[in-house]
Amino acid sequence: MADNYPDDLLYHPEHDWVRIEDGEGTFGITWYAQDALGEVVFYDPPEVGAGVTKDQSYAEVESVKAVSDVIAPLSGEVTAVNEAVSETPELVNEDPYTAGWLVKVKLSDPGEAEQLLSAQAYEDLLSAED
Amino acid sequence: MALSATAAALKHTPLHNAHVRAGARMVPFAGWEMPVQYEGVRQEHVAVRTAAGVFDVSHMGEIATRGPRAAEFLQHLLSNDIRKIEPGGAQYALLCRDDGGVLDDLFTYRLSPANGEERFLTVVNASNSDSDFDWFRRQAESFGGVEVSDVSAEYAMLAVQGPRAVEIIRGLLEGEVPGRFHHAEGTVAGVPALVCRTGYTGEDGVELLVEPGGAVAVWDALLAAGVVPAGLGARDTLRLEVCYPLYGNDLSADRTPVEAGLGWACALDTDFVGVERLREQAEQGPAEKLAPFVFTEQGIPRPECAVLHEGETVGTVTSGTLSPCMDVGIGMAYVRADLAQPGTDLTIDVRGKQRPARVSKKPLYDKGD
Repeated sequence: MADNYPDDLLYHPEHDWVRIEDGEGTFGITWYAQDALGEVVFYDPPEVGAGVTKDQSYAEVESVKAVSDVIAPLSGEVTAVNEAVSETPELVNEDPYTAGWLVKVKLSDPGEAEQLLSAQAYEDLLSAED
Repeated sequence: MALSATAAALKHTPLHNAHVRAGARMVPFAGWEMPVQYEGVRQEHVAVRTAAGVFDVSHMGEIATRGPRAAEFLQHLLSNDIRKIEPGGAQYALLCRDDGGVLDDLFTYRLSPANGEERFLTVVNASNSDSDFDWFRRQAESFGGVEVSDVSAEYAMLAVQGPRAVEIIRGLLEGEVPGRFHHAEGTVAGVPALVCRTGYTGEDGVELLVEPGGAVAVWDALLAAGVVPAGLGARDTLRLEVCYPLYGNDLSADRTPVEAGLGWACALDTDFVGVERLREQAEQGPAEKLAPFVFTEQGIPRPECAVLHEGETVGTVTSGTLSPCMDVGIGMAYVRADLAQPGTDLTIDVRGKQRPARVSKKPLYDKGD
């Protein structure tokens, strides 16, 4: 599968994405992040009701070799976690933007989204890092 | 998640381009740029457990020992009893300091004598190659009657491992496949090779020592025969499932073979460097022992996680991963000796989360044959 960064998402430079719908954000990690990590074998989700803060870690995903903090692109309260990913962590690799979402969050400050990157800006950032 | 590192000054094995062609992700390891994975750690691991995989282990070091006192010298340096192996034999041993601390773990192959002279080849960890050779050289100077040389640059090494490995090698080999823990000279895919029936995966298989210029031909022939390229990631999960120690994780100069559960590779009735301390420890029992463990619930242990028992810190994890075959967290930890018994319940602190674990017997993964 080739790299891809859907236009309808917003991106955090720590390789996380958010899809915003009606004041709720769905979070996940980007194609780049899952590729760098390798096959995801463990996802330990936060509790529903937990608070998450923009730019801070809210969960961990692990490959056989490594542990990676997952950074919240926006702040709020967790309203749902993706149990399917806990059961089948490789969904994050197979489908990072739909089946592989990690949490849904009721956003406490939707204005924070102005600081996030468009798909194009995120891709520019990745090319600059290479 | 920045995983990139500067590739400058890293050494390349003769198979470097072959790895890149095979889609490897290359990483720095012990001064070398090595493949950590190709398709994925789990697939490569399963290929080795169910069929056959090949690892480039050309980064490992080789030390040649020869001369009239060669056998005596190795008997003095290495923990095992070299007299137990004949020409064509292979033996695992530890290299210890005077205080019993482990400098390296290694395999020694007893070659056929040439011109009436004993010859041995010792394969050592890449990370210790220079310091091991330095130790050999200094000890040889005072010992006399022995010549040691660092012959690492003369060899590439490929480990072909898995239940189908020997059958595949037989198809490519002119010569006999040696028995377990033996080696033989042969020709693999037209390349002269020292074929060693040893490995680091818990599976049957061979390790092939070949001249660097022949490595690509052997590699290509193995892949054409259906052998799956496997990287350092799978090498680590495979060895940990069968509780083989990794130097730098489970073995170090601060630990002795007795603490590491490697007393079986120490001939305490011989007179090797470090033996006094090991005799003493074997008699009194070490304060801590290396214990293999399995998580009884979710989570993945990692090196440096603290080990707890009844709320008290009793040890430290030295290796940990998710077992691809058992699909649970597994690892090894140095713990208080009375807690190293199989069946003991422990708690591992994984970045603040308390994960239940149980000490288990070696090997953690046992296919039952």
